[in-house]
Amino acid sequence: MPYLSHGAALLLTAPVAAPLVVAAACALPHARMPRPAAVRSHDRLPSVPAAEPFPAQPRHRHPADWAGLVPPVVIVLCGSLLAVDVLGAGPVSACSGLLRADALTAWMLLVVGSVALIACGAAPGYLAGERAAGRASARTGWHYQVLVQSFLAAMCLAVLTANLGVLWVAIEATTIVTAFLVGHRRTRTSVEAAWKYVVICSAGIALAFLGTVLLYYAARQAGIAEAWALDWPTLAAHADRLDPSVTRLGITLVILGFGAKAGLIPLHAWLPDAHSQAPAPVSALMSGVLLSVAFAAILRYRAIADAALGADFTRVLLAGIALLTLALAAGLLLGQRDYKRMLAYSSMEHMSLIALGAAIGSPLALSAVLLHIAGHGLAKSAAFCASGRILHLTGTSRIGRVNGLLARAPSVGGVFGFAVVALLAFPPFSLFASELGIARAGFTAGTVLAWVTSAALLLVLTAFAALAARTARMLLGPAPTAAGSPGATEPGIWPLALGLTACAALGVGLGPLTDLLHAAAQAIGDR
Amino acid sequence: MSAGLYTQLLDLACGAFLLAAVLVLWGRELAAIVRVFALQGVALAAVGLLLGAHEARWDLILVALAVGVLRAGVLPYLIRRALAVSAADRGSDEVRETQPLVNVAASLLTAALLTLLAYAVARPLTELNPTPATRALPVGLAVVLIGFFVLVTRRRALAQVVGFLLLDNGITATAFLATSGVPVIVELGVSFDVLLAVLVLQILTTRVREAFGTTDIDDLRELHD
Repeated sequence: MPYLSHGAALLLTAPVAAPLVVAAACALPHARMPRPAAVRSHDRLPSVPAAEPFPAQPRHRHPADWAGLVPPVVIVLCGSLLAVDVLGAGPVSACSGLLRADALTAWMLLVVGSVALIACGAAPGYLAGERAAGRASARTGWHYQVLVQSFLAAMCLAVLTANLGVLWVAIEATTIVTAFLVGHRRTRTSVEAAWKYVVICSAGIALAFLGTVLLYYAARQAGIAEAWALDWPTLAAHADRLDPSVTRLGITLVILGFGAKAGLIPLHAWLPDAHSQAPAPVSALMSGVLLSVAFAAILRYRAIADAALGADFTRVLLAGIALLTLALAAGLLLGQRDYKRMLAYSSMEHMSLIALGAAIGSPLALSAVLLHIAGHGLAKSAAFCASGRILHLTGTSRIGRVNGLLARAPSVGGVFGFAVVALLAFPPFSLFASELGIARAGFTAGTVLAWVTSAALLLVLTAFAALAARTARMLLGPAPTAAGSPGATEPGIWPLALGLTACAALGVGLGPLTDLLHAAAQAIGDR
Repeated sequence: MSAGLYTQLLDLACGAFLLAAVLVLWGRELAAIVRVFALQGVALAAVGLLLGAHEARWDLILVALAVGVLRAGVLPYLIRRALAVSAADRGSDEVRETQPLVNVAASLLTAALLTLLAYAVARPLTELNPTPATRALPVGLAVVLIGFFVLVTRRRALAQVVGFLLLDNGITATAFLATSGVPVIVELGVSFDVLLAVLVLQILTTRVREAFGTTDIDDLRELHD
């Protein structure tokens, strides 16, 4: 039984409140100040301000950049404390059942917090690079901070809420707050990416809301009271009373809709564009956790669907979506010329593996899925943050024009190389263990799923070859002579190295997280 | 209100709701499309009000009024403002859907097919609890499908926004007709999200025009593989 206490309420609200407080603190000083005319004209006359703000910039410290690190620390802290609580005494809830934490929540909070630590730790270096390149004004800094922190708050709310309606609201809110981050440069490409992102994601996720409404209808007809008819634990417990045909329609819409946000076919088209145009730390957050937060929503609905309809329905749907997405991602990786888009397609590849694991649905597969979510988040965020640094160093995102990175900037090249090695699922990193787990679960789950898993592994090998060849071309070779060599220590490289170390540590042994992982897999598994 | 009158009024409101969606497909002037969209918002609010009056639920009546203000007042106002800026900036060809991907006759035919599809899909929904309200449920789904169709086939940025809003109106209508609306907190969150999404899209429309010189979405082909 969920128990209520002030401590639990604090732990459940803090991960949402902390980023909001920091966002407000960043926004308020600027909101109260009447906007100076010089800044206003900045938008329209690019030639005027170039003279005045920049000489002062490099000396100026930007404490607000570092304030962004506070909420991730709070999120990780609350995640660990909740994990202890949940493992000891079962799910906790607060705000009259609106917020609730079970093992899956704690696990996802830890993932969100650690990926946010990497992204927010790399952000000051990224913003400094943007300022040096003359692409960021004083306004950009605090706009960035406010939007990123609201983004974090929305993701934490999506993870923490037990109400499926609020879950939808939170995930749609992530689209809204990240729209301007994707389109921050106002160039043709970035505006195009932002437009596609908002239209495709909003329309896709509207389908998920229609699905939620249909489930609510089924729940009301099954005699569940209005206040509890969107409550996930209630729905999961009484799923066998839901009308099968209405539930089938609703679940299909929900999986397609949240699948749009998780980068799965058929509404995936926004993903490579948005990930390649957003600032690198934001790409890291979007790819590392936003996709998996959306997928965690699918995992919740899958638990309801399996209890109401039997496992076969979501199995066929998810396995089909996973294979199609994987084939598309592998195919486009083969011909890829842009390294940020390459990383984006690699995200689609990993999300489809996660979907495949969810389709298999055995306890082993679900544990592997959750481990894969964590490993992919850590490795991909390091890769994206490093790619932002590479973009600053080389000024191009074309793979063909980047070479000799290891000779030119050993730390950045090294981190990027190790991150890609992790994404290729080489042994010390946790993605090896999780992909192995998904494959093993697939081969023991019956003939059809074994065939599906073999096909998926073949496609993964294709993607592996494409990713490895392209990264090798970028990293190896002599340093181009024309470029000035940067200092030995790159700013903002330590969070990325820490993230990769964590990913490798997860691969070597889960340690105290083992119980949490199994409890989380159990929470969304068969009951 | 007698049962017969309630059913008739509900069917009338739902009919107007569907008709408005079809008229959006017909129109080419964006200003006219926005007017029709506002009328659809009124019909949607009327559906909610009728249900609220029938079930004597004050919260539902309040939600319906709020939905009406948002869908028939605020959102059309926002689109109209963006439209006025476009027209002042670029002249009259920005405010017309010059060449939709599918012509009007084919669009109307598709709308008819989509409505039939909605009735076919919605059969299990109606069978679960046959009341006058759930019998009108396919109308909501039909508007969702028509909204998707508008979103896919229209080329002007603002016409796409209207398509997205049709989709959203359809979902709200489905929620009203199936379950007399979702819980108030969810409805509030959803309305707030939709409002913000439209604001974001409005600002992005301006930026698309600044970057591309037009709001024709077909010109957005810088990013591809």
